Parts: sequence; structure tokens; C-alpha cells
Amino acid sequence: MQINVSVNGTQRSADVEPRQLLVHFLRETLGLTGTHIGCDTSNCGACTVLLDGSPVKSCTMFAVQADGGEVTTVEGLGAGGQLHPIQAAFKEEHGLQCGFCTPGMMLVGSALLERNPEPTDDEVRWAISGNICRCTGYMNIVKAIQAAGRQMKEDAEKADEPAAVGG
Amino acid sequence: MLPARFEYHRPSTLEEALGLLDELGDDAKILAGGMSLIPLMKLRFATPGHLIDINHLPGLSSMSESDGMLRIGGLVRNVALEDSELMKARYPAIAAAAPLISDPIVRTRGTMGGSLAHADPAGDWASVMIAVGAQAVARDSSGEQVVPVDDLLLDTFTTTLQPNQILTEIRVPAAEARSGGTYLKLERKVGDFATVGVAVQVWMGNGHIARAGIALTSVGRRNLRAAAAEEFLAGEEPTDKAFGEAAELAAAAARPVSDHRGSADYKRHVVDVFVQRGLARAVELARADQ
Repeated sequence: MQINVSVNGTQRSADVEPRQLLVHFLRETLGLTGTHIGCDTSNCGACTVLLDGSPVKSCTMFAVQADGGEVTTVEGLGAGGQLHPIQAAFKEEHGLQCGFCTPGMMLVGSALLERNPEPTDDEVRWAISGNICRCTGYMNIVKAIQAAGRQMKEDAEKADEPAAVGG
Repeated sequence: MLPARFEYHRPSTLEEALGLLDELGDDAKILAGGMSLIPLMKLRFATPGHLIDINHLPGLSSMSESDGMLRIGGLVRNVALEDSELMKARYPAIAAAAPLISDPIVRTRGTMGGSLAHADPAGDWASVMIAVGAQAVARDSSGEQVVPVDDLLLDTFTTTLQPNQILTEIRVPAAEARSGGTYLKLERKVGDFATVGVAVQVWMGNGHIARAGIALTSVGRRNLRAAAAEEFLAGEEPTDKAFGEAAELAAAAARPVSDHRGSADYKRHVVDVFVQRGLARAVELARADQ
């Protein structure tokens, strides 16, 4: 079946078997291997991507279901060689060790910050409760998501300030 | 894990979807949120020849009150129920259960209609819907059938839904003054199936419990209505003693099995404790609700 999906802002078309899972479409058809396969049973959240802005587990969706939709993977977070604030914050706050859960954590975190730029500890823990990390104990993931929220707020405020008058 | 091959259909109207079901019969499955069906297909416990994706059908995603009923469309996502101000304000049992279902990512896709049609006895929604006295609307190409959720469920993964029917709506009696409810769930971790779940709803009158609804998750071959406990509570004063007696009756109605989540005795004890706590909370909410 022919599908058209916007992936990280680029329109992609492919002829896929209906049983192809979204995660395999991303990794194998499009070569976007930033999306990881962990448990393959919808428990761990490593395969999380955003579909039309909402986190979904791409191992538990068929690619045909994303037809006509907009998918964001970890590759779509940064732009023009610049890290997205959430990527910078994970680096700064040591929000990862092995990195396997990190793409899913960052996408869930970025979706949370869209709705709630200043989440409390509990709100972050609630949002990431469908994502499993076996290294960090979650402490630094929570800190990283909160730090990214502060940075994004600061960036937005800066963008709102009138430009300095040049000489 | 890759599911077995199937043909994919994406109807754009309900009539088209029902026509496909008439044509394909038992070899077709409805794909709503897919949060139970797709894992089962990946494990090849389910190998339908055809999937009918109803995610693009119009008119199945609304929640509204009309004609003395709260109508929840068959495609309403769990996240919408979780975020709904209407549920928080008027339907506390639904509002309590929504955030306890699976995990936040699964809730963005999963639907109440799918949960009821799937009929996993560990599903949370069926208990809540039995406790509040909800009905399910099953449509086929010749019309609609309205079935109390308690009658919809026959056995594990088995409902009265026919291969040519789609569950299009859930109808909950509109919230009445001096009513309240809640849902309690014991789970080993977020996203696990319930070890035990208990849904409670009470309707108060003249300082007494006029009516109660109690239903149990994960302690039987289907979600169980605790009928003896409900009957006992009708007309009772809301005292700890009455809650305790009702809880004993509910625990006696449970049919848990021992497994890796706990022994049968332990689960029965949790039912007892949760019914007492649930009744206390439901009565508290009902008293605050003028």
C-alpha cells in the first residue's frame, strides 16, 4: 500500500506491506535508526515517536496508520546542526548513560514541555512513566527535562524582546 | 515481531465499515487504538485476514451529555477522558480510572470502546462502566443494539458483539446530584495489568445509600459485578460497618487465581480493602456533590 508520511518535516512516500510496523518503516525503509526497538511489546517506550505531536509507541502501530500524518523522530529534534534544547539539557545534566532509552525520553519530554513548560518533578515522572531507563535511576532525566523547559522559556523570552538598536 | 499478513481497509464512513464487516465476517477485526490487538497480532495469538481501521470514521470521537446520558464515542481516546474537565467535574469514577490505564503513551492511542470490545478481564474500563450502569451501543448495517456493559461481557475476550457489529458509543447515565464514585487499582508498576481493580459508584438519598454499583477487575474470567454487595448496600447508612460487610460480600464474589502477581487469598483481601476505601471515597464525594 502506498503511504505518504511527513517525517521530520520531509514528505516521504513508500509502498509498504500493511503489516509493517511504524518502527520498521522508520528504521529500515527510511534508515532513521535513532528510533530504537527495546521490548517490542509496548512496555519500554524506547520506540516512542511523535505522531501529529503526540507520543506513540511505534512498535505498536502499523506504518499505514501514519499515512497522511506527521511523524517526529529524534533525528527531527535538532535543526541545522544545532541541538534541540532538550538534547543540550540531556547532555548537560547527564540525562543518559547507555543512551538506549534516550530518544524516547527526549520525545516524550519535548511533548510534555509543549503543554507544560515548567513541569514539577512529579509531572515529569508521570509523563515518562511509560518509558523505561535501566541506567540512570531517572533523577537526571527529570532534571534534564526541567532544564530544557527553563531554557526553552528563556529562548522564547529573548525572541520576544525588541531587537537592540544597532549603531 | 511481525504479525501475520492481513489486508488493510480504511473506510471513511461508518456505513462503509459496516458493509465491509458484512462482506468479510469473522475474518475481519476492527482496529481502533490497537493497544491490545496489535500486541496480540505480533505474538500471533490473533491472525485476522482483514483489519478494518476505524480511526478515520467521523463522529465517533465526541464526549457529550444529552437526553440524560453521557455519550462517549467509540473512538474517544483514554487521554481525552483523562484530560476531560467534564469527567473531573461530574464523573469521578471515570476521572479516577483514566490516568490509571496502562501508561501515558498507550493512553494517547487506546480507546474505551476498544477496551470494552476486547473484554480482557484485566481491563479497567469494563469495571467502571458496570459500576456506573453504562450501556454499549453496537451498530450493524441493519441498525443498533443497546446492551448493558454487564451483559456485553460473556467471558475472557468474549462479548455479545457479533462479527458484523461495531461498538460505536458508550452511554453512561448522566451524573445525578449526591452521587460519587471512584476506581482503585493495584499494579506492580505503571503499564502492568491490574493485580486487582475495584470500581465503586454510590447514589445517596436522605443520608442513606440509595443505590451502589461495585465491579471488580482481574479477579475472574471477566469483570465481575459484586451484586450481593450492591444489594446489601441499598438503603444502608454509610457507616464503616456497612462498608466492611459490603466488602466481605464483594471479596466472596471475587474469583481470583494465584499467579505471579499474587496469591488468590491476597487478591481477595485487596478486593475487601479496596471496596471499603472505595465506598468511603465515593460517599465523601457524593456528600460534597449537591
